[in-house]
Amino acid sequence: MSAAPSLEVVAPGAYASLQDFGRRGFRRIGVPWAGVLDARLMRIANALVGNAEGAPVIECFDGGLQLAARGGAVRLAVAGDAVVEVEGAGERRALGSWRSVTLAEDEVLRIRRLDRGRVAVVAVEGLALSMVMGSASTYARAALGGVDGRALAAGLHLPARAASGGSERMLPDPPRPDAGPIRVVPGPQADHFSAATLAAFVDGEYRVTTDADRMGVRLEGPVLAHVGAREIVSDATVPGSIQVPGNGQPIVLLADAQTAGGYPKIATVIGADIPRLAARRPGEAVRFAMVEAVEGERIARAAEAETRALVAGVKPLLAGGIDEAALYSSNLVGGVVHALSAEYRPLPDVETGTSKQSN
Amino acid sequence: MSLRLLDAGDAAFTVEFGNAIDPALLASVNALDVAIAREHAACRLPGLIETMPTFRSLTVFFDPLVTGRGALIDALQPLLAAAEHAVPVEGRHWCLPACYGGEAGPDLTETARAIGASEDEVIALHCGTEYRVYMLGFLPGFPFMGDVAESLRLPRRAEPRVRVPAGSIAIATGLTAIYPWESPGGWHLLGRCPVPLFDARRASPSLLAAGDRVRFEPVAIEEYRRIEAALQSGEMDPQQWLGDAPGADAVEAAR
Repeated sequence: MSAAPSLEVVAPGAYASLQDFGRRGFRRIGVPWAGVLDARLMRIANALVGNAEGAPVIECFDGGLQLAARGGAVRLAVAGDAVVEVEGAGERRALGSWRSVTLAEDEVLRIRRLDRGRVAVVAVEGLALSMVMGSASTYARAALGGVDGRALAAGLHLPARAASGGSERMLPDPPRPDAGPIRVVPGPQADHFSAATLAAFVDGEYRVTTDADRMGVRLEGPVLAHVGAREIVSDATVPGSIQVPGNGQPIVLLADAQTAGGYPKIATVIGADIPRLAARRPGEAVRFAMVEAVEGERIARAAEAETRALVAGVKPLLAGGIDEAALYSSNLVGGVVHALSAEYRPLPDVETGTSKQSN
Repeated sequence: MSLRLLDAGDAAFTVEFGNAIDPALLASVNALDVAIAREHAACRLPGLIETMPTFRSLTVFFDPLVTGRGALIDALQPLLAAAEHAVPVEGRHWCLPACYGGEAGPDLTETARAIGASEDEVIALHCGTEYRVYMLGFLPGFPFMGDVAESLRLPRRAEPRVRVPAGSIAIATGLTAIYPWESPGGWHLLGRCPVPLFDARRASPSLLAAGDRVRFEPVAIEEYRRIEAALQSGEMDPQQWLGDAPGADAVEAAR
């Protein structure tokens, strides 16, 4: 057998990086967890290609990511509400996400856009990366994880394993981003705000600004005035901390955020809702609802049960006894069969297709 | 001392000992941190993920699928009471080389002017104190150290720099720090330290730990460059700047 194939990053899109569950145990020395913004997407995508559910994946923002199989066939799966296409040997075929697909050598998979949400995850069968401080997650600020500690860039080759063959898998009833309120636990510094300000925080509507990335999301909306000092002696932040700097506009910290900070934190987004917030696009609305910490714990357990049920629902992709995906990958069928396929959808133009999608 | 338990979402809470930069608060934070690490090592705190000690508080991260805020606080109750009356632990002692002024310390001249002293006096003031590492963060390996001599205290710069070089030794208010990474920063840059503060290949990636003591020893630019080269080639090891004070490894060993 020849050397193992690789997956070439043809284009990284808006921002793409390698992530896993993240790096635990080093916050005390200033190292944030990093890790996927939405672990559910990672677990589903890995299940679709038959990886361990915490295997490293490619996390990308919006559309634009393009990946090519080099030196052999590579199996991938996209989790997220993505419009995907595969191009090879002069023809293009459209795919839904939430399924695996085997790229033949030199075929290219492209995430054209996300219908809803901002984050998609691509799992690669057998993707092998070295661990740095217990994780493969990229934390670019300290050059940790990923490949050489950096975000994905065009021309990078990721070591993959030759596609194992067999039938592709799909997720029948995928989760969808929703616009409901983001649940928060008040504190740790809720007492730096008046009761009226806390009420304004949950009654008001905020919008995601363009300053929204893996570190955090700056929001714009009703001003949250501090009672007394606008700064505190620095204490720990957590993923989900909602800092309120002097201008009164909240910032929600995410996976790559600094581990400590000197701004009062009015509340903390619960773990189950961090991915829901990270999925909101610039310009989209955010409303908050308060829950008690114990209720947050209950929601965490319920969300985990849901995720496990989703992962358990992954099943072989079969239609009428024929494995369509295997037919596609074999390149033996032409455009007629593609057009008959239930999952075939005409592609809107890339340039105009994105604008109407937010809700 | 007034201990408070603060909610930090569904998977963490903060034990707050006070709201000041104060060695007595740090002693409590570090005592609780060490006590929790011992319990955790003995598998008596299932679901605990990690702790984050700061100047004045300890944040406890846990897995809500395994444990809960209530169960953990119950388990920690005896440790909290003991930590409130803890005495400071003797951390490790470091004596790190520092090249002051010139290109390495672009704010030395302005700092001297601002406090009405000579540059040599500023250097003497900065070197004349053995600092305590209060905490690490916001960047990997970034040590918040104090207390800076009263006469050397300045507010942060009005205009933060977009680019502070890695290794920069800086002061602001009662604190001093070394930037482990190139980053933006608003502190006054007095000099440069050639010893890397963070190396992911080391078993303990951060050179310094909370509770450590740090003193600076001035070196000329030629010596700075020699040390930098020797560290890069592996001829020198950062551990050589570690003093052998009694109890030097107590804090580390307890982790």
